[in-house]
Amino acid sequence: MNDIVIQAHELTKKFGDFTAVDHISFEVHKAEIFGFLGANGAGKTTAMRMLCGLSHPTSGSGSVAGFDIAKDPEKVKASIGYMSQKFSLYGDLKVWENIRLFGGIYGMKTKAIASKTDVILNHLGLMSEKNTLVRDLPLGWKQKLAFSVSIFHSPQIVFLDEPTGGVDPAARRQFWEMIYEAVDQGITVFVTTHYMDEAEYCDRVSIMVDGRIEGLNTPAQLKQETTSTSMDEVFQKFARKATRNQD
Amino acid sequence: MIAVAVKNISKTYDKVSALKSISFEASKGEIFGIIGPDGAGKTTLFRILTTLLLADSGEATVDGFNVVNDYKAIRQRIGYMPGKFSLYEDLSVEENLEFFATLFHTTVQENYHLIEEIYKQIEPFKKRRAGKLSGGMKQKLALSCALIHKPSVLFLDEPTTGVDPVSRKEFWEMLSNLKTQGITILVSTPYMDEASLCDRITFIHQGKFLDVDTPRNMIAKYPSKLLAVSASRMYPLLLDLRANPQVLSSFTFGDNHHVTLAATYSVEELAAYLRLKNHEDVLIQPIEPTIEDCFMQITTTADE
Repeated sequence: MNDIVIQAHELTKKFGDFTAVDHISFEVHKAEIFGFLGANGAGKTTAMRMLCGLSHPTSGSGSVAGFDIAKDPEKVKASIGYMSQKFSLYGDLKVWENIRLFGGIYGMKTKAIASKTDVILNHLGLMSEKNTLVRDLPLGWKQKLAFSVSIFHSPQIVFLDEPTGGVDPAARRQFWEMIYEAVDQGITVFVTTHYMDEAEYCDRVSIMVDGRIEGLNTPAQLKQETTSTSMDEVFQKFARKATRNQD
Repeated sequence: MIAVAVKNISKTYDKVSALKSISFEASKGEIFGIIGPDGAGKTTLFRILTTLLLADSGEATVDGFNVVNDYKAIRQRIGYMPGKFSLYEDLSVEENLEFFATLFHTTVQENYHLIEEIYKQIEPFKKRRAGKLSGGMKQKLALSCALIHKPSVLFLDEPTTGVDPVSRKEFWEMLSNLKTQGITILVSTPYMDEASLCDRITFIHQGKFLDVDTPRNMIAKYPSKLLAVSASRMYPLLLDLRANPQVLSSFTFGDNHHVTLAATYSVEELAAYLRLKNHEDVLIQPIEPTIEDCFMQITTTADE
């Protein structure tokens, strides 16, 4: 199939004797929501850093948006969006300044940034907050703005690293509706989360245990395979197999 | 016996009102959960009760001591695990633990039984610097340090934020064991599923407590009949549910949508409406609300 936008083949990362990511292989299709689950320390962040062109694989290969992650990491970075709960926007810049900054970093023209800024802010209902410092926004709004900024330059793929941590239940759901909208526009979403209800919203989910991908399927199939009634149960069954005690 | 009593506590930063006249009591040996998102006022309340911050108005006692006048006595009696990792990163695991024991004029040996279950999981790494620990291990060390002087009240500010579901479950198992030792636990969390593990909970929303009750009673008080609705295409289903004026609320909820209907609108009418919208494999089932349903219902009502 030629709609594959992320491909990992035996992708491995070692730090000294420690194998953080151990020969993982998978494919993600265009406009898919791919949930990347695993316990703390299972290797998710290391794997994600390799896919974003931030960390060089020890062995194996991967491609993102058609670019080799080892040979063309800069082209990979230009084709993706990234957002995490820990860092997303600059609190001491205004709403519009953050958009201007990230648009500029991704090489957009000033005019295009200006017109698209208003479109985004209207859509978010944040037009009145255009000149507000981001640190003064409620967390739920900030995360929605951060997501809009991460896809502002129309990337093919957006990587979301625990985007909804600490956000209230209603805002968490609004956030997911924005994800659905982005997918409707053809953007592929690669997301990590500790909320197992959110795992249900993904088209397919992989579960990492001790650096390896131990489960990969649709939520419904994973539940069936493990005779579980919820993704929480599925996760508990997989993650309890972990022997690595780094966490 | 009352372990924590709070009466009309308010706190304002500049112009932002962080706590608006909060009152509640927590009994000795109780796990009291403060459930709410980031920015709701949880940390401000914890800082006032641990004598690190003065309230603008109102009164509070911890273990019978006033948070303003008797702050020294309170500091001897409580354990506090702040949301942000606050141990000494350049001390080793065991050095941190010994340091906190010494501060409170006790020894690790004397109260080892309290922390044994938690500490033995990180003991293999006791020579490692705290700054080099993973998130889950830091959390276990922080809890051990907060417990080593056998506090009567334990304050845990978002101890499980960013922690994976398996470690979260283990952490709560530890808390249940501490409770049997008679320690009162005030714990805040943004994870709604943890609420059911508390004896009593409150929802904190924009600086106010919206109701205090047992998790079971919170669920029993849910005012509407709740339905779980699913179909083959879930996102279009959600949009169609929203477009129906007889649908009062509809939220995504794992593999189905949780829906409440106007009193005059039946499940059969909803099924007919969804068939008309060409949804396939429609399944509508009455279900019991979860704490998260209650939180959303109560906060939405409070906002109106």
